[in-house]
Amino acid sequence: MSAFNPVEFNAGLALAEPEIFLTLAACAILLVDLLLGQASRRVSGLLSVLALLATAALVAAHPVEGRVVALGGLFELDRMAQVLKVATLLIVAASYVYSTDYLARRDILKGEYFVLGLFAALGALVLISAASLITLYLGLELMSLCLYAMVAFDRDSGVAAESAIKYFVLGSMASGTLLYGMSIIYGMSGSLDLATIAAAAQGGLGDNVGMIFGIAFIIVGVGFKLGAVPFHMWVPDVYEGSPTPVTVFIGTASKLGAFALIMRLLPEALGAAQGDWSQMLTVLCVLSLAIGNLVALAQTNLKRMLAYSTISHVGFTLLGILSGTVPGYQAAMFYMVTYTLVASGAFGMILLLARQGFEADRISDFRGLNARSPWFAGLMAGLMFSLAGLPPFVGFWAKLGVIQAVLGVGDTWLAVIAVMFSVVGAFYYLRVVKVMYFEEPVDTAPLGGSMVMRLVLSANALLVLALGIVPGALLAICQRALT
Amino acid sequence: MFATILFFVFAAVLVGAALGVVLARNPVHSALLLVLCFVASAVIWLLLEAEFLGIVLVLVYVGAVMVLFLFVVMMLDINVEQLRKGIAGYWPIAVAVAGFVVFAMLNVLVARRLGGLALKTAPALPAGYSNTRALGEVLFTRYAYPAQVAAVILLVASVAAIVLTLRRRPGLKPQDVAQQVAVRAADRVRLVKMPAERRP
Repeated sequence: MSAFNPVEFNAGLALAEPEIFLTLAACAILLVDLLLGQASRRVSGLLSVLALLATAALVAAHPVEGRVVALGGLFELDRMAQVLKVATLLIVAASYVYSTDYLARRDILKGEYFVLGLFAALGALVLISAASLITLYLGLELMSLCLYAMVAFDRDSGVAAESAIKYFVLGSMASGTLLYGMSIIYGMSGSLDLATIAAAAQGGLGDNVGMIFGIAFIIVGVGFKLGAVPFHMWVPDVYEGSPTPVTVFIGTASKLGAFALIMRLLPEALGAAQGDWSQMLTVLCVLSLAIGNLVALAQTNLKRMLAYSTISHVGFTLLGILSGTVPGYQAAMFYMVTYTLVASGAFGMILLLARQGFEADRISDFRGLNARSPWFAGLMAGLMFSLAGLPPFVGFWAKLGVIQAVLGVGDTWLAVIAVMFSVVGAFYYLRVVKVMYFEEPVDTAPLGGSMVMRLVLSANALLVLALGIVPGALLAICQRALT
Repeated sequence: MFATILFFVFAAVLVGAALGVVLARNPVHSALLLVLCFVASAVIWLLLEAEFLGIVLVLVYVGAVMVLFLFVVMMLDINVEQLRKGIAGYWPIAVAVAGFVVFAMLNVLVARRLGGLALKTAPALPAGYSNTRALGEVLFTRYAYPAQVAAVILLVASVAAIVLTLRRRPGLKPQDVAQQVAVRAADRVRLVKMPAERRP
């Protein structure tokens, strides 16, 4: 443990510029919101989007090479962190654009919604650049606490309160389990610092039974946060019960945070014990692929169906991580980033179709969408094709990447299972497309949504197609992020 | 030697009380046993010369958090029997899973001693060591960044608590202190001149 150096600490603050800016912006918006009247609540939303975009610009403005550690060894910045941060910030900004109208209709358009979301994004940023178990845990808790409150935000809704309690209780249990695992790892290695733990694991502690004991608890905790089977029980209920804008948040930004958590803990800190955690992840992965895809077949609620689909996509992401190779991690990162992009588009569609007193969260609510709006029906079909993994959409490349990664380490049986279940999955995604194109509309009301929301949603869906046709740029970013 | 005996006594109290928290039928008893847990762990911290942490644990958790908990538990009037009805069918599964987990954990912790890790005693601290000072030094230097993140978590907690519970009800008549202070005698007291009545 080196002595504390104030000069070095202050120099390191420059690296944490985006986090500092976001904190100040969130506090400022909290105060500005007090002065705004009920009629001008949208200004808070606009300011929040601007703050997120400015933070993303700050992250992108200073690309780093390699791994830079700062702030007393508790903060690290590498390319993976920067890519995940920009992705998280942009996804949160898009979710704000999608949600403003919905919140206004439900009479829950309050500045605090945006502020809590900004703090959740801050938590994700802290988590993404954590170099120590302490910052990792604090970032995770900051993000989760904001999300618990956001799920309960519609406080007159009984369903939302119920899912908030479920999410809170199970989330706290997961945090407790994670913390227990971390404390065992700390006890074994004698350090909270990820690099020191990695060195200790390398130096012979790697296959110690105590270390594996700690890893098991960590995987349970991370499995809960990611929503992998058998720790997935909360996912469908929380997705269905929360207000749809919060579902977007949990389904996208928090998944990027959980991905960073697993990447920091397993490959980075415990890379030497890869054989052990790969086995555990294989179980989670196969179960997630099977249960996620099979149960999704039986769903009539689109939010629940997307929840089970998330579980199966988590399974696919784990496929890349458990391979334990750098190309596997790159493929998993590409998978996670593109999945959040597609999912935010799909949830955005639900928000677009929702009206006063009408949620548009059943699959039958999309009946005959083609007759009502051929443009948005086309975009939704594209998003569904991408989730199913059909070319030329980006989901195809993502699935191809992770399957190549497991084939690369010789786990052919895993690749076969993954392909088999993605065929099963294609059925329920295509059912949504069938309902949109081959059934008569029962509901002929015009689509809602402001011009800005329609533009951003269209851009989001078109990006899924564009990345599917030219995936090279994003693939290259992910490959440079992890080397 | 005396410290070791104290440690085992309080560790036994801690484990017993922790079991009681989970097993007690009455939630008020559970909360009170949790208080005992906190006190016992505070004593163990004192034995490790972490006086500041020990005292903070008693002041904050026992003095503030648990008192609040007790108030809430007593006010809620939970019907334990009704809660138990839902769980009754699941207990064989719960016992089987818990038994397996306990067996697996004991296997690693006791039989294999966490992979043969040697137990170390805590190093003796120099004379004149101040736990408060040592904590303050690391908290505001090396751990300044996590301390700030923790501060943001507290801010989020208060924002979330207010947004989830503050309701503006119309028709309430709260005090307005500024108005009370600014009031003048002329607004409230009216002197009426009346002719005195003559005694008949």
